[in-house]
Amino acid sequence: MEVNDKTIDKLSDLSRLIFDGEERDNIKRDLDKMLVFVDKLNSLDTDGVDPLVYMTEETLQLRKDEVGKELSPSEALKNGPSHDSDYFKVPKVLDK
Amino acid sequence: MQWGVHTIKSNGADKQIGLTRIHMEEDSGKSIHDISPFETLIDLNRAGVPLLEIVSEPEMRSADEAYSYLTEVRKLLRYLEICDGNMEEGSMRCDANISVMKKGAAEFGTRVEVKNLNSIRNVKRAIEFEILRHIELNETGGEVKKSTLTFNATTGETAIMRTKEEADDYRYFPEPDLQPLIVSKAYIEEVRKTLPPLPQELFHRYVHELGLSEYDAGVLTDDKYVALYFEELLKNVKSAKTAANWMMGEVKGYINEMAIEIQAFPLSPAKLAEIINMVVDGKMGQTLASQQLFPLLAKDPTSSAMKIAEQHALVQVGDEDELRSWVEEAVAKFPDKVEEYRNGKKGILGLFMGEVMRNSKGKADPNKTNELIRQVLEN
Amino acid sequence: MEDYTFTDLSKTREELLSGSVSATSLTNLYLKRAAEGDRFNAFLEVFHDSALTAAKRLDDKIASGQPVGKLAGAIVGIKDNMCYQGHKVSAASKILEGFESVFTATAIQRLIDEDAIILGRLNCDEFAMGSSNENSAFGPVKNPINEDLVPGGSSGGSAAAVAADLCMVSLGSDTGGSIRQPAAFCGLVGVKPTYGRISRCGLIAFASSFDQIGPFTKSVHDAELVYQVMAGRDAMDATSSSKSVHESPSTKEKFTFAYYDEVMNSPGLHPRTKELFIQKLDALRAAGHEVISTSFPYLDHLVPCYYVLTTAEASSNLGRYDGVHYGRRSEASEDIPTTYFNSRTEGFGAEVKRRIMLGTFVLSSGYYDAYYSKGQKVRRLIKNATDEILKKADFIISPTTPHPAFKMGEKANDPIALYLEDIFTVQANLSGNPAITIPMGTTDDGLPLGVQLFGRSFDEATLFRAASLI
Repeated sequence: MEVNDKTIDKLSDLSRLIFDGEERDNIKRDLDKMLVFVDKLNSLDTDGVDPLVYMTEETLQLRKDEVGKELSPSEALKNGPSHDSDYFKVPKVLDK
Repeated sequence: MQWGVHTIKSNGADKQIGLTRIHMEEDSGKSIHDISPFETLIDLNRAGVPLLEIVSEPEMRSADEAYSYLTEVRKLLRYLEICDGNMEEGSMRCDANISVMKKGAAEFGTRVEVKNLNSIRNVKRAIEFEILRHIELNETGGEVKKSTLTFNATTGETAIMRTKEEADDYRYFPEPDLQPLIVSKAYIEEVRKTLPPLPQELFHRYVHELGLSEYDAGVLTDDKYVALYFEELLKNVKSAKTAANWMMGEVKGYINEMAIEIQAFPLSPAKLAEIINMVVDGKMGQTLASQQLFPLLAKDPTSSAMKIAEQHALVQVGDEDELRSWVEEAVAKFPDKVEEYRNGKKGILGLFMGEVMRNSKGKADPNKTNELIRQVLEN
Repeated sequence: MEDYTFTDLSKTREELLSGSVSATSLTNLYLKRAAEGDRFNAFLEVFHDSALTAAKRLDDKIASGQPVGKLAGAIVGIKDNMCYQGHKVSAASKILEGFESVFTATAIQRLIDEDAIILGRLNCDEFAMGSSNENSAFGPVKNPINEDLVPGGSSGGSAAAVAADLCMVSLGSDTGGSIRQPAAFCGLVGVKPTYGRISRCGLIAFASSFDQIGPFTKSVHDAELVYQVMAGRDAMDATSSSKSVHESPSTKEKFTFAYYDEVMNSPGLHPRTKELFIQKLDALRAAGHEVISTSFPYLDHLVPCYYVLTTAEASSNLGRYDGVHYGRRSEASEDIPTTYFNSRTEGFGAEVKRRIMLGTFVLSSGYYDAYYSKGQKVRRLIKNATDEILKKADFIISPTTPHPAFKMGEKANDPIALYLEDIFTVQANLSGNPAITIPMGTTDDGLPLGVQLFGRSFDEATLFRAASLI
């Protein structure tokens, strides 16, 4: 698997990250190294092996549909960089 | 009980629409673009509220079938109290996938998805619009692009939100913080026991066992609480048909006039049954029961039908002596009409009947009165 | 008071109850030490007021003869990725600038309920990603034993603070060795409990199927005490286990310890590490324990498997930092996309970005099966192999790290070299087993080295017993 510009474009878009200039070269190089590194897994035969998904034996327990201790709207909103008493706010581009 | 299908009406016949799956999601919140001109507001006040996504098999063949399907689904949601099914308020939403097939072709054409439709009528309109658009594109050599659309209810047209050049890359994987939920057979049985009667079962029973018309059965099962009221009423009355007539007539009339829901209807099914049974037992005429006793009892719902009937002297008179005196009074009043009757004009009997009813203030037992008039005139 | 020497938590509790020290004087002393120890860059913030308030409350309790908790007088530092209501938490990242917790992590609440005093939050690698504590947005932490060296990571501040006596015990989180490796580098006891043993509610998620909270202490006894207080089912974490925490340990006098041939022959193993480890094995044999060698065919696959799975989970867990809901928003935010892109690009450090990119890759369509599913399958092979070994042996024993603490900057430019730091520790996170590191000696320069034991799942009791025996 070779990491090319198209790969970086796609992954950075999905990751919501921007890599420009030197950082772009670095991430391309590092990702390439990392992929070579993890490619080691392909040397193992895993035919017929079930993926391990759950790390404990617990199962979800149903409970009554009751209102519990919850965050108040003001607590939930207080860490937002921009908000009013009900909503988070994000800037909007004005129609041109 | 059938699994995984909804039965809908298509051109008067039953048609089954398969269920692909139902899955649970959480409301992820929504963006509001039209409150502030400079900002988009992120509304997370409903975030985390559970929601069900019902995915149907691609088996609907017209906008009307989709309309019928959604109507049935919504009825079921309401019966099961999953939600109020109010599409305008967002309790229920529909994304419709549409494609057309040329006659004789083996496969459907490219599919588009119209998102977030907010009424069943708009689902139908959007589908009709898209079907025509696809056909036109096909006939003019155009191409239907795989795309996601919105529907403008004002213009009745769809508009493209985004075209799907590449498949979405959601990167879903099992959430490590959620352990499996094991739904036991016992739990399913427990839930099944708490299920209310379902609309299609009731409809079927009303039509095939009670002999009601499809129209009446439809009206009675359209709203869960109307159906539950009727079910309760059926336990207390001797004639299902009379009970249905009262539901369709007096009860519907009352709640429409008062602009209330059946839940606010003042008379319990047992109380209403008292009136209906008086009619069925011949203790009171339909007209009297409907026009006098019903409104009086509705005003005084803690009383009983019999008590009110007595208080207001509404109880039907079946006593022969009393009836005979009214009949003779009527006969004496119209000697010439008696002559006409005896000369063969049998239809004039109604005139005497009306006179007796007038004199008895509607309390005369109509069957017995009819019989008596006949006796008196023919002797 | 200035010369107060901390030995262990139960002694401190007795001193408190006997009136020879007060919680307030202890808290003031440690606030002072934390300030003096500023050069290590271990504490990102001390919770001056709330610590003194808690101390006062405890002193009042003692004065009025009320019963006090098991951790009375314990001065605790917490890693900067655990929520403590009303206090800042940042995961050592710019992206959480200004964030204040709106609830308290279950593990911390349980310490508080036993009268522990939370002194402050401790530096770490950003989002717990790193093995040298050089990835913090607030600068690297120095190893108190030699300030030119790293303290290890990612819980470097937690290790340095206990090693430098800036607090009595501390909490860290361990996703691939982030407690055990810095504990070894700083000469401490460090524990990664069984996955599911301690609630992760209130722990800022890195990789949810790997992360576990655990203690840094100066003795096995203290580690067990702090662990016991935190452990046990929590309804707020569906993966937390309902298994009883108070099982009795195995009463066996002689245990079986397994070590891997591959570790002995590993070319990266420091000669002194190997020497001390062989001495440790000899000592175990001399004490009558059985030591067996075994083969572990997946040694080279541990770290790759770990990176595939943890980066995938991290890419999802870190999706929530979007400049909208909490933390920092870029000045250059013009609409929703630029808010996301610019806030994340400015807010995350290089290592976090690398891992998000790798995680995004392994989950993306077309690569999911070849990388992510493959990783999960290999994880099962590793778990099965681990279970097999632990049928024959009570514990798997290995050096905690291949070598002692290294110089700052030494591995900064080579992510893979840094990833291999975790080679002996990641297995316990991949399989879920509990593991403990205890000091095993020092190099000629006086740098500590650790030996790691890892035991059967949910049998921490026996693990602690064995750790105190050896």
